[in-house]
Amino acid sequence: MSIESIKPAPKELEGVVIRFVGDSGDGMQLTGTQFTDTSAMFGNDVSTFPNYPAEIRAPQGSLYGVSGFQVHIGSVEVSTPGDSVDLLVAMNPAGLKTNLYALKKGHTVIVDKDAFTKKNLEKAFYETNPLEDGSLDGYHVIEVDMSTLTKEALKDVDGLDNKTITRSKNMFSLGMVYWMYHRSTEHTIDFFNKKFKSKPELIEANTKVLNAGYYYAETLELISNSYTISPAKMVPGTYRIIMGNTATAWGLLAASEKSGLELFLGSYPITPATDILHELVKHKHFGVKAFQAEDEIAGICSAIGASFAGDLAITTTSGPGLALKGEALGLAMMIELPLVVINVQRGGPSTGLPTKTEQSDLLQAMYGRNGESPVVVIAASTPADCFNYAYEAARLALEHMTPVILLTDGYIANGSAPWKIQSVADMPEIKNRKVTKFTENWHPYKRDAKTLAREWAVPGTSGFEHRVGGLEKDSVTGNVSYVPENHETMTHTRAEKIRLVQNNIPNLKVEFAQQGDLLVVGWGGTYGTLHSAVKQITEEEGFNNIGFVHFNYINPMPKNTEEIFAKFKKIIVCELNSGQFAFILKANFGKFDFQQINKVQGLPFSNDELIQKFKQLL
Amino acid sequence: MEATAVKKYTYKDFVSDQEVRWCPGCDDYVILNSMQKALPEMGVEKENVVFVSGIGCSSRFPYYMNTYGVHSIHGRAPGIATGVKLANPDLSVWIITGDGDATAIGGNHFIHVLRRNINLNIVLFNNEIYGLTKGQFSPTSVVGQKTKSSPYGNTQPPFSPGELALGANARFYARIGGNNPKAMTQIFIEAHRFKGTSLIEVLQNCVIFNDGCFTDVTDKEVKDDKQIYLEHGKPMIFGKNAEKGLVLRGLKLEVVTIGENGITEKDILVHDAKEKDPTLHQMLIRLAYPIATGIVRAFDDVTLEEREDELTKKIKAGSKYKKTDDLFFSGETYEVK
Ligand SMILES: Cc1ncc(C[n+]2csc(CCOP(=O)(O)OP(=O)(O)O)c2C)c(N)n1
Ligand code: SF4
Ligand SMILES: [Mg+2]
Repeated sequence: MSIESIKPAPKELEGVVIRFVGDSGDGMQLTGTQFTDTSAMFGNDVSTFPNYPAEIRAPQGSLYGVSGFQVHIGSVEVSTPGDSVDLLVAMNPAGLKTNLYALKKGHTVIVDKDAFTKKNLEKAFYETNPLEDGSLDGYHVIEVDMSTLTKEALKDVDGLDNKTITRSKNMFSLGMVYWMYHRSTEHTIDFFNKKFKSKPELIEANTKVLNAGYYYAETLELISNSYTISPAKMVPGTYRIIMGNTATAWGLLAASEKSGLELFLGSYPITPATDILHELVKHKHFGVKAFQAEDEIAGICSAIGASFAGDLAITTTSGPGLALKGEALGLAMMIELPLVVINVQRGGPSTGLPTKTEQSDLLQAMYGRNGESPVVVIAASTPADCFNYAYEAARLALEHMTPVILLTDGYIANGSAPWKIQSVADMPEIKNRKVTKFTENWHPYKRDAKTLAREWAVPGTSGFEHRVGGLEKDSVTGNVSYVPENHETMTHTRAEKIRLVQNNIPNLKVEFAQQGDLLVVGWGGTYGTLHSAVKQITEEEGFNNIGFVHFNYINPMPKNTEEIFAKFKKIIVCELNSGQFAFILKANFGKFDFQQINKVQGLPFSNDELIQKFKQLL
Repeated sequence: MEATAVKKYTYKDFVSDQEVRWCPGCDDYVILNSMQKALPEMGVEKENVVFVSGIGCSSRFPYYMNTYGVHSIHGRAPGIATGVKLANPDLSVWIITGDGDATAIGGNHFIHVLRRNINLNIVLFNNEIYGLTKGQFSPTSVVGQKTKSSPYGNTQPPFSPGELALGANARFYARIGGNNPKAMTQIFIEAHRFKGTSLIEVLQNCVIFNDGCFTDVTDKEVKDDKQIYLEHGKPMIFGKNAEKGLVLRGLKLEVVTIGENGITEKDILVHDAKEKDPTLHQMLIRLAYPIATGIVRAFDDVTLEEREDELTKKIKAGSKYKKTDDLFFSGETYEVK
């Protein structure tokens, strides 16, 4: 029973940002996800970001127990979950208190008035009721007795306990928002039918409340008209909404299938990387071997062992875990085995801000090991392209016999966006360097002339029995060697091997102005915010002298890097740390002057702060 | 898989071209030779054998074996070996470690590899000292021991690797003197045959930094009187003339003399290495006189690979996902035209 009734003519919008907030138990993630999926299926571009409380079972109604879900939908390309919010749905006082800052002045907030009880107000540290004391002046407030109306809608449904009734009020708010944005309830009702297959009373209850909210919004005089966001122009194809961490896991599955190698994951849980482990453990049907180790060190060591034995081996972690893995990573580099290390960055140092985002592990990834131990470092830039860069990390590791660190971050890992589904058949080839038939004079450190990658002789292959280890080895035989000149040769060879990866990665592409006054430089998870800021400056404010280049390959960098820098008068490097990429660029391209925009608040850049700073330089 | 089809090897097939660099007289040579003698008896192809070590004198071992090998980092061999075995369960995987490597820096990995019961073997070279770093006390050094880092005597009480291992739910534990190649060779073969994690503790003499630390129990002269060599199903009898035995009195093992006070062979405990309950095995490990050697415990249990394999087969058979396409295009997808 979906709804197709008469509606007032909707107002056309290019994009809208909605934030659903409430208590952890209020089902805000589900509400947000449903709105996202429905909009995506309608054809909008979408980008989302969840915000869960750090506590697992925070006290009900408390400020730190607020759970939120932000979604940005658009009829034009949407590349971030959005900074400020056009519509806030607050299911309790704590949600309102902690999120009102994000709502644009003059815009709408929907609240569940029933939740604004004396007790809840106290828990949110409100001295007076914000719905009554004028503190919401300047906003368009829609107060709804949501709990009461939900009970009312369910009075004829049998077999529901009080808890179930209270818990379905989130569907009331979703129904209202569906009506406001001219969305069909059909997808969500289908979802109920599937999810509660064996519990018909829950299908009935949720559908009733959803529809009640929808009709309520329609008849409510407070909402004068609804809005619509037309489908975005997207490349035709089959899509799904995907979270960054899921995309990472799936990229690895794809690489495993393409390379014909079994996938091994050795990992230890750590926020915000754990969801990759959660995803990969599900896929035993593809033969995935996911091993939860006793710590990060055992995690990477098991992966090194699996790589030695011939699997496509992965270890996943976040900053503190990468620190623990350092010594073992050096071993993997030294014994030149393929290994993918994924670091989903969070706010550091130390335990830092586990649930917040930052790009401050770049130098750790580059240099955080004893001795000179170069590895390939790449970074994903959007939730969806985590798929491609996870795949790419595996490809480079296998083709060059080296550890590859893939950097993602909490922002893109937990965010979701449409992903044009990629079939493994369409993915680039992955060659591996496994040996088969023994020939005389074979040595474990015999290298390919073009890439300097050694061969991969795995146990079980007769004739190739050999030993590898962390001690320096002779450049020809691979036997332990302490000869001074040999050590220098090997040090240079290991560095050169990584540099040669340049021949196997794409060139940089500049977006917007191809030359001019200002080049905006970014890397990793800031792509969306930087891109939309440069786009706005170019398209809405008429600047045609600002270009944008984004790095996914950091060690080595693409061949045309210098050439691109030379085309602009000023270069500004933007990153969520105190200037780590800028530091690397200055060391490598000393003849250019790199200016910086840095932010270390555990938060992404906001559009406004970027635009303001770019303008100062133009 | 084993037995019939396997090539015939001699110990020479397992000797690598690398010059062995331990100090002359070090028990490590005995362990190396015993392993090279044991391997041809195991019925396993050379290319299917992997030695993984940490760091220490003992951990140089893989370089001297003409098999696959990884000389890894300090304390971490269990992690690497676990990955090797899970990636390819057909391999015969051996961890080579020292008392410092296994029980100090690698203590965490040591207990967890035992707990999981992966079918691999651990040879722990216990010399109660850090050899490679030139003589500091280790977690197995005794109180009062004078070392480079305890010139006035060690003040940190030790633990026993065997007790620690059983506390971590080890299924197989054996102990042997570093000067007893014959028994050691046999124990290596038994450990290989045992399905599950096997731990062999070798009481290894370090001639340079802790010379003679086991002589009072391992010396040829006193060995038979000071050690009891345990064999499954056999009575716990020891002594040069097989005159002594062990009985249980209350909660303690007691040494008795056969023929005295009416004790006959029938009164002596019979060793049951396969018993699930580790209580008696723990008591044997704790015993100061005689020192228990041989296979103390060999309890047959399901291995991690077996559990994993069974689960994977079951899930594979029941799954609609054969290729990643099946997964990627499943569920909530939508078309953009
Ligand atoms: C991370 C790290 N810390 C310290 C060392 C130095 N180190 C090497 S071997 C060793 C102790 C080895 O003792 P043990 O495991 O008993 O082996 P043994 O030499 O006695 O055979 C130490 C402390 C190291 N190699 N790596
Ligand atoms: S230092 Fe001790 S353990 Fe090391 S090789 Fe010499 S005798 Fe053996
Ligand atoms: Mg030692």
